Amino acid sequence: MCLGIPGELLEVRDVKGLKFGKVRFGGITRDVCLEYAADAVAGDYVVVHVGFAISKIDKDEAARSFAVLEDLGQTGELTADMAEQLLPRSGPWPGEEDP
Amino acid sequence: MKYLDEYRDGGVASSIAKTIAETVTRPWVLMEVCGGQTHSIVRYGIDRMIPPEVELVHGPGCPVCVTSLEMIDKAHAIASRPGVIFTSFGDMLRVPGSRGDLLTLKSRGADVRVVYSPLDAVRIASQNPAREVVFFGIGFETTAPANAMAVYRARKEGVGNFSMLLSHVLVPPAMAAILQAPGNRVQGFLGPGHVCAIMGYREYESLAERYRVPIVITGFEPIDLLEGILMTVRQLETGRAVVENQYARAVTRDGNPAARALVLEVFEVGDRKWRGVGSIPKSGYKIRYEYRMHDAEKRFHVEEIATEESSLCISGQILRGLKKPSDCSAFGTLCTPQKPLGATMVSAEGACAAYYQYGRFLDSASLPAVTAQAPTA
Amino acid sequence: MKHPDPPPFSDCPIPISETEEILLGHGSGGKLTARLIESVILPALASPALEALDDQAVVSIDGTRLAFTTDSYVVTPLFFPGGDIGDLAVNGTVNDLAVGGAKPLFLSLSFILEEGLAITVLDRVLASIRRAAARAGVSIVTGDTKVVDRGKGDQMFINTAGIGSLRPGVSLSSRRVRAGDAILLSGPVGDHGMAILSTREGLDLEGQIQSDTAPLHELTAAILDACPDVHAMRDPTRGGVAATVVEIATRQRLGIEIDEGAIPVRDPVRGACEIFGLDPLLVANEGKLVAFVPQNASAGVLRAMRATPLGAEAVRIGTVTEKHPGFVVVRTLIGGERILDLPFGESLPRIC
Repeated sequence: MCLGIPGELLEVRDVKGLKFGKVRFGGITRDVCLEYAADAVAGDYVVVHVGFAISKIDKDEAARSFAVLEDLGQTGELTADMAEQLLPRSGPWPGEEDP
Repeated sequence: MKYLDEYRDGGVASSIAKTIAETVTRPWVLMEVCGGQTHSIVRYGIDRMIPPEVELVHGPGCPVCVTSLEMIDKAHAIASRPGVIFTSFGDMLRVPGSRGDLLTLKSRGADVRVVYSPLDAVRIASQNPAREVVFFGIGFETTAPANAMAVYRARKEGVGNFSMLLSHVLVPPAMAAILQAPGNRVQGFLGPGHVCAIMGYREYESLAERYRVPIVITGFEPIDLLEGILMTVRQLETGRAVVENQYARAVTRDGNPAARALVLEVFEVGDRKWRGVGSIPKSGYKIRYEYRMHDAEKRFHVEEIATEESSLCISGQILRGLKKPSDCSAFGTLCTPQKPLGATMVSAEGACAAYYQYGRFLDSASLPAVTAQAPTA
Repeated sequence: MKHPDPPPFSDCPIPISETEEILLGHGSGGKLTARLIESVILPALASPALEALDDQAVVSIDGTRLAFTTDSYVVTPLFFPGGDIGDLAVNGTVNDLAVGGAKPLFLSLSFILEEGLAITVLDRVLASIRRAAARAGVSIVTGDTKVVDRGKGDQMFINTAGIGSLRPGVSLSSRRVRAGDAILLSGPVGDHGMAILSTREGLDLEGQIQSDTAPLHELTAAILDACPDVHAMRDPTRGGVAATVVEIATRQRLGIEIDEGAIPVRDPVRGACEIFGLDPLLVANEGKLVAFVPQNASAGVLRAMRATPLGAEAVRIGTVTEKHPGFVVVRTLIGGERILDLPFGESLPRIC
């Protein structure tokens, strides 16, 4: 249940008495209802479900959880700032070098 | 994408999987409650990365799949009326009721539309004042604030031609029903992260205490799920049974009070039927009396529609991990992905649908699980 | 506990009569489409040329081999970011010829117009058709126009058919795909499908995604120059790359392995797929191709593809294997595995 995707809040505005915001997901932006994330400001990340922000990402908690992951024995080089480059590419296929 | 890509890193995933394998000393049965978690587990092949001692039972947390036959029949009856624009989330359209699914109804001329947000349905209503616009309000606690807002705004803005067919379900009563069932095998839960983003996790603390069962509130990305599995296994191995929060970046103990307040303004708790499981007391929301003019069940007088679920269906027991699809007398004959009797055949990720399509591989265990798809019909 | 083996996919276990009328899903490129073709159309019209289910037929006239194809275009809206029904109708048919190894030459053009359509709309579409035909190097040599009552058509439908000349010695067919073949993809997936979805009601993304509609004839020519022995090429339109590889795996009884991490997806398409819960592998393309090439030729073909504008981002995405015949297995981003399957009908946005 409950597909919820984090996006970056770019701007906040009022539409007929409802708080809305422009939220960026990867390369696109969408209007999202912010009534349930009233303290979110531009630059925050919010989790969006069916057009509503249901939660504001706690950046400190996210950083802390990375520390836990590092304790689990991964390389420790992973930071949130690297995220944009992360989609791992596979190496060359067996028996061949990619040109 | 930030807060997604980090949680899909193969190196981290395999190191957590390795830690799980080092931690586990005997078999454990875990249930991920939420259909979105099931989707990720299958989509990323997590079930194939963890040690065989850890058995994952897919829980009842797909609101599309557990929507009762009766509600879908009511949706059918309303959408068939002339002049009605029937709106719904996309994945609900393919789920069959006893008279077929909503997509088929559309092919016969009904005006059935997919919307992304319930507010879009309110907008369609204000743009089409001469038509009745109905939204099929399904979901768990996560979706309730959005659906409640649609009803609230419709009343506030005087959009009198908007109504909602509400079929909301609640997670804790379903978890309690699973834990109370005779022969229950589930020893630990991955709790539903986005449900708890709204509700917080105090309710889950009393479940953990009463049933002596570890519950780890877990996110939806592969590394969230692997970490949630690890945290649950650690509790089981050390004899603890408490609520822990793996998904702390999005979930707090108190959840989202503003969202809950509006939900309780518009909805109240009531009994609810679950497909293939039956009625669970106080396991859903109903629209409050004050908002009855936006309650499609009352507006279209479909309350008397009562559809019995098939008595043959054992999906309740399959959901609880008590029985296998092949134990069912209706499996593959009266019950197929095209004409499913219960939730486990409705969803492509459901045990029955997966077994139906890929039974020979599930037996040979030589192949990964089925790719995750929206519920099939 | 043992359950008898389900029959193979090609012997569909579900009688088609279970849906008594045509659903939109029958046109989606998913399982319903496959069932309609296999259970209703092929039995009625059985012929060896049809049974290959390639994107085009190869016919011989007095010893001259020609590729021949047809396609209808019913897109809503008529104009969408990155293209319109006019260039789609030219490029789609050009591509069906090109991926058969043919040089596209002649097109027919039929309009079914709805009463009340503004002539200015028709003018815009015709201008677009003219530009697309010039770009693809094809002549429109015959045509037809019908008008239907208001309400009996959605503004405009277009049918095109096309003829192309086949290179000597070239023989492309999904029947020639072999275990060991490398699977190459010409560029990022999902642009067209998400561009269309993003303009539809309720899902508006403010035109941030452009359709990739484009003619593939130069790219296919570059591939065939580099390797005349390419086994098969397909343009992954409806149902996306998934429909292409699943169809070949099931019909040819071969296994296919796909590396999810290798699949290129543009940022906007990726964002849209995330929020609607859609898999980019299942989303339609109109200017991409998937090539099945002998292992030892794959590096050379990739180089040739990348030297063309439409193939600049070409990658190898997978391999054909003898393992798990009939199934496509995806190696996931985190190193897990799953079976790639098609939805029954359209991919619809999910909430869960």
